[in-house]
Amino acid sequence: MHFFPDQASTISPEVDHLAYFMLAVSIFFTVLIFGAVFYFAIKYRRRSDDELPGGGHTGLALEVVWSVIPFGLTMIMFGWGASIFFKESVPPDDAMNIYVVGKQWMWKLQHQEGQREINELHIPINRPIRLTMTSEDVIHSFYVPDFRTKQDVVPGRYTTTWFTATKPGKYHLFCAEYCGTKHSGMIGWVYAMRPEDYQEWLAGSPTGSMADRGARLFDDLACANCHHADGSGRCPTLVGLFGSTVRLAGGGAVKADEAYIRESILNPPAKIVAGYQPLMPTFQGLVTEEGVVELIEYIKSLNAKPGLEQTGQPAVPGAGAGSQPGNQ
Amino acid sequence: MDSQIQQSHVHPSDLHQGEAHHLETLALREQFDTEAQQKDASTLGMWVFLITEVMFFGGMFLGYTLYRSNYADTWALASRSLNLPIGATNTCVLLFSSFTMAMAVRAGQLGKKKAVILFLILTMLFGLAFLGIKGYEWTQKFEEHHVPALANFHLEGTQLQGQAKLFFSFYFAMTGLHALHMVVGVGIVLFIIFQTMRNKYSPKYYTPIDIAGLYWHFVDVVWIFLFPLFYLIDRHP
Amino acid sequence: MATAAVLERETYLNASYGLKSWLLTKDHKRIAILYFITISIFFAIGGTFAGLIRLELLTPQADLVSSETYNKLFTMHGVIMVFFFLIPSIPATLGNFFLPIMIGARDLAFPRINLLSWYLLILGGVLAIYAMVAGGVDTGWTFYTPYSTSYANTYVIATALGIFVAGFSSILTGLNFVVTVHRMRAPGMTWFRMPLFVWAHYATSLIQILGTPVLAVTLVLILCERTLHIGIFDPALGGDPILFQHMFWFYSHPAVYIMVLPGMGVISEIVSTYSRKPVYGYAFVAFSSLAIAVVGFLVWGHHLYVSGQSLYAGLVFSFLSYFVAIPSAVKVFNWTATLYKGSISYDTPMLYAFGFIGLFTVGGLTGLFVASLGLDVHVTDTYFVIAHFHYVMVGGTIMAYLGGVHYWWPKMTGRMYPEHFARLSAVVVFIGFNLTFFPQFILGYQGMPRRYHVYPPEYQVLHVLSTAGATVLAVGYIMPLIYLIWSLKYGPVAGKNPWGATGLEWSIPSPPPTHNFDRIPVVMHEAYDYSAVPREVEVG
Repeated sequence: MHFFPDQASTISPEVDHLAYFMLAVSIFFTVLIFGAVFYFAIKYRRRSDDELPGGGHTGLALEVVWSVIPFGLTMIMFGWGASIFFKESVPPDDAMNIYVVGKQWMWKLQHQEGQREINELHIPINRPIRLTMTSEDVIHSFYVPDFRTKQDVVPGRYTTTWFTATKPGKYHLFCAEYCGTKHSGMIGWVYAMRPEDYQEWLAGSPTGSMADRGARLFDDLACANCHHADGSGRCPTLVGLFGSTVRLAGGGAVKADEAYIRESILNPPAKIVAGYQPLMPTFQGLVTEEGVVELIEYIKSLNAKPGLEQTGQPAVPGAGAGSQPGNQ
Repeated sequence: MDSQIQQSHVHPSDLHQGEAHHLETLALREQFDTEAQQKDASTLGMWVFLITEVMFFGGMFLGYTLYRSNYADTWALASRSLNLPIGATNTCVLLFSSFTMAMAVRAGQLGKKKAVILFLILTMLFGLAFLGIKGYEWTQKFEEHHVPALANFHLEGTQLQGQAKLFFSFYFAMTGLHALHMVVGVGIVLFIIFQTMRNKYSPKYYTPIDIAGLYWHFVDVVWIFLFPLFYLIDRHP
Repeated sequence: MATAAVLERETYLNASYGLKSWLLTKDHKRIAILYFITISIFFAIGGTFAGLIRLELLTPQADLVSSETYNKLFTMHGVIMVFFFLIPSIPATLGNFFLPIMIGARDLAFPRINLLSWYLLILGGVLAIYAMVAGGVDTGWTFYTPYSTSYANTYVIATALGIFVAGFSSILTGLNFVVTVHRMRAPGMTWFRMPLFVWAHYATSLIQILGTPVLAVTLVLILCERTLHIGIFDPALGGDPILFQHMFWFYSHPAVYIMVLPGMGVISEIVSTYSRKPVYGYAFVAFSSLAIAVVGFLVWGHHLYVSGQSLYAGLVFSFLSYFVAIPSAVKVFNWTATLYKGSISYDTPMLYAFGFIGLFTVGGLTGLFVASLGLDVHVTDTYFVIAHFHYVMVGGTIMAYLGGVHYWWPKMTGRMYPEHFARLSAVVVFIGFNLTFFPQFILGYQGMPRRYHVYPPEYQVLHVLSTAGATVLAVGYIMPLIYLIWSLKYGPVAGKNPWGATGLEWSIPSPPPTHNFDRIPVVMHEAYDYSAVPREVEVG
């Protein structure tokens, strides 16, 4: 039996090193206190019933010493823990995006290339993976102990986390936030694979990319009726939208990230782009959370090729649209 | 009651004091030594209770602040739909009631029984008037379809009905909680009126009137916060 | 309980007879006994749930109960233990009984409110038990939204109402204590002559007064949301589920200090008495209670590191959390220093105090792990957290509670407990406790999530150890129940001051008369002045 779980991500050893440090401090103080209590209890045991030891006093110096030294130690723990947390919170720019939707009681995962998985996640090692997560119902929490990573998955918003796996293998995926009857059944596996194996796995089940599915959905929902590529429609163009700064009616601006696009689809009147009317109906109930992330991937893909025109007409090419060049 | 074996005192130099104790009357309960101690304790008790009330309302104010800043535009719009003249009238009514309450406490201090009763009745009437006006305002909300739990909820001028609903949820929760405190207050005042009529109080012992006054003023102050938060902020776009 | 008419003289126990004289009593000592009986029953109920949970976890599969039932078991274990046992435990029993006596008062400032708060606890408890009997509740004791408001099909409303009502019981107890300490101290009982038990209860009361109303309003919002679907916490309607977590933990983190601070007060008394020395650094121990109460209100966000709150909020909450560690550490060091050059006897309460110091040290040190941002991401919502807070609440509070019950048992009942059985049970509890909860630290670091009904088989060995420990622990808890009841009739009659302790409670007969003092004493000495205590040891 191992006392510590596998170290299977870049962050795992760092977390464990902090744990070793704190364990050492804890053992030191536990031994100190237990030792002192035992030693005093035996050395100064009552020898006769009418003993009256001298009155105590307060040693100010001693009080200061045993306040300041623990305080110094805790500040080391704070700084160390915070620096790890900073790393855990800010994903690198080149991270590979995977979308996670939690629902009672399963994990639904989508790769940008289009592979969909349930309660299983295949990832390449040595490559940062960024998870963009939301929930369809209650709060869940995405937890992979061997990666030392955990992030709550909250309905109504996106949360993100990231990790880089370092060892090929099969690792537990748990839901760590109580989510109802089959909470303990909301588990799965993360398969960390060598890059070549991962490519093979991707190729093994060819599907359209997420952006492709997003394009079809965009078409099915007739979004293009209003959102023209050249900005001539009644609604703003979506080309180049992702990552840009959007000026809003009534002042203010917002960065067009995943959360903004999600809100604009599900609750359009919340943020109106400057110069446009609040015409767009809500798509709440018409698009699932998975559909929303596909639409987001499609909108992102419109940035990828600067020359690519957004199809302004209903006749969106079916298969192979999006990132494939030459589809107008 | 004190028929036990003589106990030895911790401190031989124990001075005698508090000879008035063990005589339970309404004016001085047996756990206290002096009337001053009892009055101090009762007043402090009420203040501590009011602190718990501040924290109780505080939770609601926190929620209000969060959503007011998140949904500023919709909430401003919803805020403008409230009936300002009615709110202002109610504020005046409550301020008057606080004045009459203060007068009642003063009269109690001076031992003027008739004045106490008169001012307390006025206070109660103002309190009931406040509740009546509030009730009228709430029924208006039903007619305007501004009741969040009902299916026909609709606020003109915005597509963000969810955010508008939240505004009215807080409006009903906070003014409702306040009104509940008013109802309790009216009950307390009524009780004090009866006790005064039964000659329970005197200039030496008017603590209950004093404490009822503290409670009444507190409920009044809560409204002084609710009124601008709901009726006045962003009144003019 | 009213059978212990041990002397001819009148005591609070034999002043009047009959159920009515108890149910309508205004005597703080009788009310303390009422609480004592009540929370013992709640402890038995909560403990039974714990036992069933441990039995189910013997194997990785579902053997004993379905997952619905399992979820209800851990929810009701948490609800009962936290709101109906731990929070009232020491303040409502030992505090109620001894706080007025220790400061030389005849009663609390508001005896009728004191009785009212017991009835509120009963009413709250009846509601909670109704919810259990009717079908249970499965939200976890934390009631996280939107699960509790929109998804759970169980008796959330009755349970939340029960906790709401019990909350007012706690508020009123705190209010009573604060006013009593401020206004009812005997002549000469200055603030810095008060026993540390009183200081600890004063700090606790501040938290009860400031924190509990926020829980109450949070529960009101849960009730509104669940009955009317107004959307305050529901993201589908524009609400924010994380707001609930902030409001809940604003109370529930300080509530941890409601549970443990009174225990620290008990330990200060016991350590001093059985060392025959004043507590080392009296002022530091007193002020550390206040510091814990104040700083305890600023750290609630450390429960939300992985909830999606902002990075900077996490940083601030982590930083402040380490500030709470210092006053706790100061207390432990001061207790240990009190033993130095003392005259130490190994009576049962002292054994519990040793146990408390050790287990609270472990609980506190592992608190440093979970306060650390980077580490908490890994261990939060795992068995590591379970082990941590059980070390504080069971290893801390319940050890102190049992220690305090033994310490003051002669005073409350006029009878001595059987010393040998009591020492044995203290040792059994200590061993059983460690065997139950230490394996859970390892389980948690290995990644075993909490609230799991079935689990991967590699965690089984540690779960079996833990269940075995729970059996030992249960024996340790049942023993005092038996011999304490036995001692009511057959225990040796206790004298006024069997331990040679200081404190006004030891200057009056055991059990005390209804009005505590024939004459209100005038206090001339500092707390824990052993030179002022008569040295003869009385045996009845």
